[in-house]
Amino acid sequence: MKHSTFFWFFLPTGLAMLLFIAFPLVSVVLQSVHTPHEAVLVTVENCGPFGCKHETTIDQDATRALRDAEPLGRFVGLDIYFDRGHLAIAEVREAWVTSENWSGFFNIIGNLPFYRAMAFTLTFTFTVTPVLIILGLMIALGVNALSEKIKGLVIFVSLLPMIVTPLIGSLILFWMIDSRGILGNAIQWLAADPDLSLKASTGLTWLMLIVYGVWHSAPFAFVVFYAGLQTLPMDQIESARIDGASRWEQVRYVIVPHLMPLITFVALIQLMDNFRVFEPIVGFNAEAHAQSLSWIIFNDLGGETRQLSAAATSSMLTIFGVAILLSPVLWRTWQDFKGKS
Amino acid sequence: MSSAANRYPVHLKALIYGFITLWVIMAAFPFFWTLWGSFKVELDFFSIADWTNALTGKNTFDTYGYPLTDTGYVGAWIQEEFWRSAINTSIVCFFVVCTSLTIGTLGGYALSRSGFRYTFWLLITALIFRAMPPITLVSGYLLPFFEWNLWGILPTTIIVLVAINQPFTLWMLHSFFQSIPKDLDESAKVDGCTQFQAFRFVIIPVMWPGVITTGLFSFLLAYNDFAVTSMLLSDENRTMVPKIAAFLGTTYTEGNVMFAVAAVVSATAPLFILVMFFQRRIVSGLTAGAVKG
Repeated sequence: MKHSTFFWFFLPTGLAMLLFIAFPLVSVVLQSVHTPHEAVLVTVENCGPFGCKHETTIDQDATRALRDAEPLGRFVGLDIYFDRGHLAIAEVREAWVTSENWSGFFNIIGNLPFYRAMAFTLTFTFTVTPVLIILGLMIALGVNALSEKIKGLVIFVSLLPMIVTPLIGSLILFWMIDSRGILGNAIQWLAADPDLSLKASTGLTWLMLIVYGVWHSAPFAFVVFYAGLQTLPMDQIESARIDGASRWEQVRYVIVPHLMPLITFVALIQLMDNFRVFEPIVGFNAEAHAQSLSWIIFNDLGGETRQLSAAATSSMLTIFGVAILLSPVLWRTWQDFKGKS
Repeated sequence: MSSAANRYPVHLKALIYGFITLWVIMAAFPFFWTLWGSFKVELDFFSIADWTNALTGKNTFDTYGYPLTDTGYVGAWIQEEFWRSAINTSIVCFFVVCTSLTIGTLGGYALSRSGFRYTFWLLITALIFRAMPPITLVSGYLLPFFEWNLWGILPTTIIVLVAINQPFTLWMLHSFFQSIPKDLDESAKVDGCTQFQAFRFVIIPVMWPGVITTGLFSFLLAYNDFAVTSMLLSDENRTMVPKIAAFLGTTYTEGNVMFAVAAVVSATAPLFILVMFFQRRIVSGLTAGAVKG
């Protein structure tokens, strides 16, 4: 295909991505190094019968003029990155110096909003991903062994947790797990503690969110692995069986290696997707105990104040995190490309 | 596989069926429970006294003389004007899917037919864009949209969702078009067609399976989005998902949780129907990416 033809074919989609992904990204970068103008103050000397007084007032007109002239605000460099709401360099250094042991250090760090969100985001990402892969594999193996008649129905039902809107899915589970809901009741009965509430403790809230994350994403792993199982080399299974491999050994040494590329694929996709965890926190009303990076951005953007600069800085840090998780994918794609050409 | 399945020993078969039954209950029970509960009063949906009330609807019967009631739905759809959000969602989804597929097909086709090195870099860029959480871009939208008075209206949100959707659409359609033999359009070009005519008369008639599958995922993205729609739409233009989130703020205090429950069930119903009709396509779409990747 000629360059010019390619250009015209690609123009609409390229333009859409340029205007609404690339430019906003630049805008985010710019905002993260700017902060809103401070109000312009004027000091006026007021002389009355009892002597002169200096009064400082906000010059509304000048402030507005300044804000209109430079809507981005004033340039502050990396200050916002290092402030208390983000990387909190000063606080971390102080904690390092003052705390006597590791637990003291982590206690202080754990109270800084960015690190607290990071702790939850990483815990969530790195617990949910392996668990959902194992669960997805188990479901795929199970469904593969079912009789043809009910396979379709089981696949239909399995897709539901994944297809349903994350916010709605988490609300549905949240209402069941509420201390007055059926699961909440059941848990209270099992624990023999009528006051037990999953919402009240940080650990249980995290557990609840992780369970939701697995419930929501396991179907994806299941569908991918199930498709992989359809291409299973039957002769290998057969020969493994003849050699006396038990069923577990067949799974362990034939099926799992065969699915390994798909397992890597699911792991990489899910690491990136779980890193952006956000809707469940809103749905489960769990802000008090669990905050993710995405939730911090959302919180800064919402409400009356709309702290764009703070949100932009959190966005940049989030993108940085995603970039680290994405790098193996990029590396693989690059290797594939080099191999092809 | 059926012959292999028959060879499973009984205890293993029982284990498998038991496990799958458990999973099916885990996956489906919450939806049916909420559907059933949405026709009850709040005291039955959240039953403190006796959980069987949620099944029998004792308090609902006491209040309305029948164990089922539609007050939640009436309240959500009429009193809280959920119908407006439903219309907004339909508009947004329709235009997002149409626009996204139109420009995505052109782009994906071009990427699959051009052998130059820049196609690789374009795809890599798209992959990076796909990996970025949409919420990270929102702070970049707000300032310009406020300045130019574009904030709060549906068209802006539609275009933003189309753009966010493009990277995924491009990857999906790119791999789909690569599975269509190049000889098809090459021979059309030999016969004197321009590239666009070859696309129009040779490729378009055979591309529908891939396009429909991609369209399903575009629809799901637009329908399920919360981060972008809640930030970019004004109160009266809200789509269903941010509207439900807004219910949580207002209705918890008013004691009308059932409005939110009814709204949640209403918003889930279209997805159920979608999965019912397009199950095979969704499965094939999910696996297409995996086989490629």
